[in-house]
Amino acid sequence: MHENIVPLAINLLIFLLSAFLGLGLIRRVSKLLHTPLMSLTNAISSVSVVGALIVMAQPKNNLILTLAAIAVALAATNVISGFMITERILRMFKKDEGGKAK
Amino acid sequence: MMESLVNYLYVIAAILFVLSLKWMSEVKTSRIGNWAGSAGMLIAVAATMLAFKAHRLDLVVLAIAIGTIIGAPIALKLPMTAVPQRTAMSHAFGSLAVALVGTAEYYQRIPEIDTFAMTVLAAEMILGYLTFTGSTIAFLKLQELIPGKPFVYPGRNFVSGLVVAVALAMAIGLVIQPTQEVFLPVLIVSALAFGFLLVMGIGGADMPTVIAILNSYAGLSAAALGFVLDNQLLIVAGTLDGASGFILAILMCKAMNRSFANVLFGGFGATTSKGADVKGEIKPVSVEDAYLILEGASSVVFVPGYGLAVSQAQQVLRELGEVLEKNGAEVAYGIHPVAGRMPGHMNVLLAEANVSYDQLVEAELINPKMPTTDVCVVIGANDVVNPAAKEDKTSPLWGMPIIEVDKSRTVIVLKRSMRPGFAGVENPLFYKNNARMLFGDAKASIQALIAEFKNA
Repeated sequence: MHENIVPLAINLLIFLLSAFLGLGLIRRVSKLLHTPLMSLTNAISSVSVVGALIVMAQPKNNLILTLAAIAVALAATNVISGFMITERILRMFKKDEGGKAK
Repeated sequence: MMESLVNYLYVIAAILFVLSLKWMSEVKTSRIGNWAGSAGMLIAVAATMLAFKAHRLDLVVLAIAIGTIIGAPIALKLPMTAVPQRTAMSHAFGSLAVALVGTAEYYQRIPEIDTFAMTVLAAEMILGYLTFTGSTIAFLKLQELIPGKPFVYPGRNFVSGLVVAVALAMAIGLVIQPTQEVFLPVLIVSALAFGFLLVMGIGGADMPTVIAILNSYAGLSAAALGFVLDNQLLIVAGTLDGASGFILAILMCKAMNRSFANVLFGGFGATTSKGADVKGEIKPVSVEDAYLILEGASSVVFVPGYGLAVSQAQQVLRELGEVLEKNGAEVAYGIHPVAGRMPGHMNVLLAEANVSYDQLVEAELINPKMPTTDVCVVIGANDVVNPAAKEDKTSPLWGMPIIEVDKSRTVIVLKRSMRPGFAGVENPLFYKNNARMLFGDAKASIQALIAEFKNA
């Protein structure tokens, strides 16, 4: 019986701290990078694949197993394409080195 | 033993996620940021697989393989003009994954499910399923598989409200009586219907805001799943994503001088008010004349909009910029936050075309330079340069911060025809004395201009 009031309070605390941290961090992201920021955070939040894997560990029946397996495939798609496309976009951002007078 | 190890690994993953966003703040460190995020993900997945022995490892491997087979080619081959569609699709996938895990978890726990878990689970499923259909509709609109126009009908908000009420009633029913399994399918269907109705009513020009809002929902539903599964890593990652979408949505709303509610329930573009009648004359210009104007300019600002993406003109635009620089002009690009179909869309397109990112200037930084700018070239942008936002109180755009191209000495507008912008609002810019219209496909016009410079 570890599901009592203490983890809930801790979870709420983690949620609030993450929210403040996230708002503070994102506010400082350059407007240049808002598109790759979105693909990056999307890949990161697809850590929900972890949740799906946990459910897949001990499913009570095949419906549960199937739902979780589909979720793993969906989240894995996001993880793979999210990080890869972020890398591809970021590599495009280049600055002229010395060449032109500004 | 394994249990505590996995928790420590989750802590490391969470730290890497936070660092990843921190490093994303500037171009220099952004790639390290992306690698940090990837490393965090790898650690999280590996730790989970170690700690929770898979009941059917073959299925896990198959699912991850499917994800890779779908995900990798998209990431490698996707044209940059289609990034908004992919983003909408990834929100759809992410939120559906979360909603499905929530649904699985409900069946897993029933009949022993406490009130708090059921409340969060219901909220998580509503948010997840509505984001799924909402993002799918956004994807279909961006991909132009369905018309981008807002789908509005009398009593639209009433119908949407009714659907939400049903979803909430089912949620309350489940919280009171979790074993009433029949409530669940009704909850799912009404949440799906609500997401559908919500985004069907939204037009193309509002997509940057809508995508950001859906981003926020997708993140928050993942955080809610973290509460249900008592998984702190999910809470952290989902909340960071939710916060990111939230801030982007606020920025987009500010850039259009509108509220969240107005974007979601206003049905922009379907308003009857088109603003005051515009007086003046349209002055079309030939390629030769446009060349002469540009040839004599010592400062040029390009203002791109969604039309740049549509005509795939980013490469030739960069070429024109280089030609102008060789000709002695100073060239900059004025980027409005809502130009394009998602936050930062124009920056990515121009970066892809090898435009140096220090030439990409935000609206509020380029506006003070407008009175001393010789020529502004507007490429496929309309509402974001519409002076009615400052001059006409009856205009639906009134109050929106714009790029003030009308203040420059000459404005050349590349435009296919005189069709109004996505918001359906008349643009008095085109009738101003210093405005010249260069009609035709943007890419063809720019290529013709480059040819003029080369032949000179």
